[in-house]
Amino acid sequence: MIALLTRDLVCQDAVELVTDYLEGALGRRARRRFERHLRGCVNCSRYLEQIRTTIRIAGRVEAVELDADTRDGLLELYRRFHGAGEAPREQE
Amino acid sequence: MARGDDELVARLRAGDETVFAALVERYHPRLVRFAVTFVHEWNAAEDVVQDTWVALLRGLDGFEGRSTLQAWLFGICANRARSAFLRQVRTVPVDTAGPTVDPARFGPDRTWSDPPDSWDDVDARLDAAKLAPLVLAAIEQLPAAQRQVVTLRDVEGLTGNEVCRILDISDANQRVLLHRGRARVRQALENDMREVP
Repeated sequence: MIALLTRDLVCQDAVELVTDYLEGALGRRARRRFERHLRGCVNCSRYLEQIRTTIRIAGRVEAVELDADTRDGLLELYRRFHGAGEAPREQE
Repeated sequence: MARGDDELVARLRAGDETVFAALVERYHPRLVRFAVTFVHEWNAAEDVVQDTWVALLRGLDGFEGRSTLQAWLFGICANRARSAFLRQVRTVPVDTAGPTVDPARFGPDRTWSDPPDSWDDVDARLDAAKLAPLVLAAIEQLPAAQRQVVTLRDVEGLTGNEVCRILDISDANQRVLLHRGRARVRQALENDMREVP
């Protein structure tokens, strides 16, 4: 195991560690080893950067607009909760 | 929004319709998109989310702010969707093993033979908002479990802990699903960029 951790990573293994790396789930040694690989490997650095870009773009996905019927129906539901009967103990 | 959750809940309890309207506006479409990953059908997903709002209103008094309102909503939705789905046929697509990058892209020494292209010029040329629909389409192609995790983490911006609780999965499992899902979405972006010069 120690030998495994000190040996250099190869790209094909490094790419499988990107998420654990980004999640902070790698142990200290494994993280150092991964970072050492990145310093020497422009391709894997690029791969990691592209995963980051992918995450950033996913964060920009916008919701579709709510259609008016659905909204009206839900507001009706809310009024029923607060008007006629069904309301759970009101007040704060 | 997390900071103001207490106040929002208080206003909901007091019958402030504008708060409910704003919540519905913001989350209903997102919840439907999430629910459909469980029930695989838009009508069923709409029903699940309707149930979710009812459950939210019924549960308002019990909301203690231990999670954010957003995480609470997605949690209710996941529970409703799971039980709705159990009533349907159960098929669990499995994709938890094997490499996430095509082995053909590495040489015999297992270093890149077909490395990722630079996206620098792409980043400069296209803004994230324009690529978002492409990413969404790729997310929608993912196997359900990956799609759920990627949607909650990367689209909704929830934390790993929140996602584990909402989906009732382990941290390790969450990471594997996230890893596989993100790799596929990155690949879809790359495919698109290689097509369009």
